[in-house]
Amino acid sequence: MRSLWKLTWTEIKLFLREPMAVFFTLAFPLMMLFLFGSIYGNEPIPDFGGYGAVDLSVPGYTAMIIANSGLLGLTISMASYREQGILRRLRATPLHPQAILVAHVIVQFLMALLGMVLLVIAGRLVYGLRFAGNPLYVLAAFCLSGMSFSALGFVLAGLLPTARTAQIVAMALFFPMIFLSGATIPREELPASVQQFAQVLPLTHVVTLLQGLWMGEPWGKYFWETVILVTLLIAGVLVSSKTFRWE
Amino acid sequence: MEQKPIVQVEHLRKLYGSTVAVEDVSFEVYEGEIFGMVGPNGAGKTTTIECIEGLRQPDSGRIRVLGLDSQRDGYALRPKIGMQLQESELQDRLKVWEALDLFATFYPQSINWRPLLEQLGLADKYNTPFAKLSGGQKQRLFIALALVNDPEVVFLDELTTGLDPQARRAMWDLVRQIRDRGKTVFLTTHFMEEAERLCDRVAIMDHGRIIALDTPENLINALGTEYRLVFAVDDPFDPQRFSSLKAITRVETMNEWVIVYGTTVEMVNEVVNALVKSGIRFRDLRTEHPTLEDVFLILTGRTMRD
Repeated sequence: MRSLWKLTWTEIKLFLREPMAVFFTLAFPLMMLFLFGSIYGNEPIPDFGGYGAVDLSVPGYTAMIIANSGLLGLTISMASYREQGILRRLRATPLHPQAILVAHVIVQFLMALLGMVLLVIAGRLVYGLRFAGNPLYVLAAFCLSGMSFSALGFVLAGLLPTARTAQIVAMALFFPMIFLSGATIPREELPASVQQFAQVLPLTHVVTLLQGLWMGEPWGKYFWETVILVTLLIAGVLVSSKTFRWE
Repeated sequence: MEQKPIVQVEHLRKLYGSTVAVEDVSFEVYEGEIFGMVGPNGAGKTTTIECIEGLRQPDSGRIRVLGLDSQRDGYALRPKIGMQLQESELQDRLKVWEALDLFATFYPQSINWRPLLEQLGLADKYNTPFAKLSGGQKQRLFIALALVNDPEVVFLDELTTGLDPQARRAMWDLVRQIRDRGKTVFLTTHFMEEAERLCDRVAIMDHGRIIALDTPENLINALGTEYRLVFAVDDPFDPQRFSSLKAITRVETMNEWVIVYGTTVEMVNEVVNALVKSGIRFRDLRTEHPTLEDVFLILTGRTMRD
């Protein structure tokens, strides 16, 4: 256990020394918040049930952070750790190999959580962010989504041969996903055919679930979203346990 | 004196697909020695060392390290051994002290690693990130990590590959220091000179098999190749002068050069003594003797670089 915490703490420090990771997880969502907040403000909009643009964008950007941590963060760090032989070196110690993976999931989770907390604080202070949901439900949905995307990250890291290809493929999935899923641009503003296509993107369901719970809708309304994310999680764990490579 | 085996390998065999990487390899490594496995790239050295470390699963054969089965008892063995792996790195932004601090917590018992940094000449790199270290500094850090749990046996895989000659020699001193601390060292190298200078015993590997195993001296002497002593003289030289010296087999002259052949290294003393005694002025004296390189050449019919 001591080894796991030490490794996790070390990886947190390494995360904070990585400008790309810090920017996309912590700074970029805040930039988006202030950019679109300054354009659209947070006046209540009748079509949105009395919520403003910022109220809806905070859960959306949270979904973006989750996708960034699981899809970009885990995929790229696992693929490059393997390529550099870091996984090999760690496995040559008495440390249990699973601890290495668990440490990375914890780090990405904590950093994503920090990213969300910063968004909430900034949204609250600057735009009077409204929140009508149950914080525990939102946190639970955040955890489920985070785990599903972590599993997806491990699948990609296992399937893609090099750090370079992992980076390219992860980005090729990440960017269309954050624009089409409603995480950054409201889905309602996209053409109907694109909205339909967006249903195959896992992030779409994260956005729907988080925004719904944020506005105080009952979780029961999001049965299918939950099923899809749980299925993704189970499938991801099963596939990655077969395909993950240490060297 | 009965030597205590630390590593015992019997009939090790390892395949990659249908390619045989290691075939019927058996040997023992004794307590307190520097044991070297030498051979060209692809000879099966790394496969062998990684099977012994428990990082790879052999297809057949029996391996015991400190009395433990490195496959079955891998996690019981790891705290007792130190490893430096070929082609492995650390996180780019991980600082030297953080690496040691981190690895020390992985082991049930670890030493105070600060003096170790001092001894390895890394004390001033305490706060340097891994990516900013030179090749030699990285290897020294990996040695430190291999020693952080105070292991009984240390495995070093291609420790000096990629280092310049000066850093390589410094590394040899470090390896000797590890042995002098009472640890057993098992290393692989593709530098014949390194094996010859550094190792107490050497196993020469080629195409997955051990083709010779002995002390470097015995391996070289077994060839029966002669030592040569070469020097230049300014005055005419009569080869008959050396006819009374026992260690000498023959003498050749070529212009001002004299080449003396002998079977043992003792002939160097005899010849120099004889030259000094008879007041012959000589210069540019050098000895040429067979090396492990020659052993490999004769055993395989080709040079290491082929």
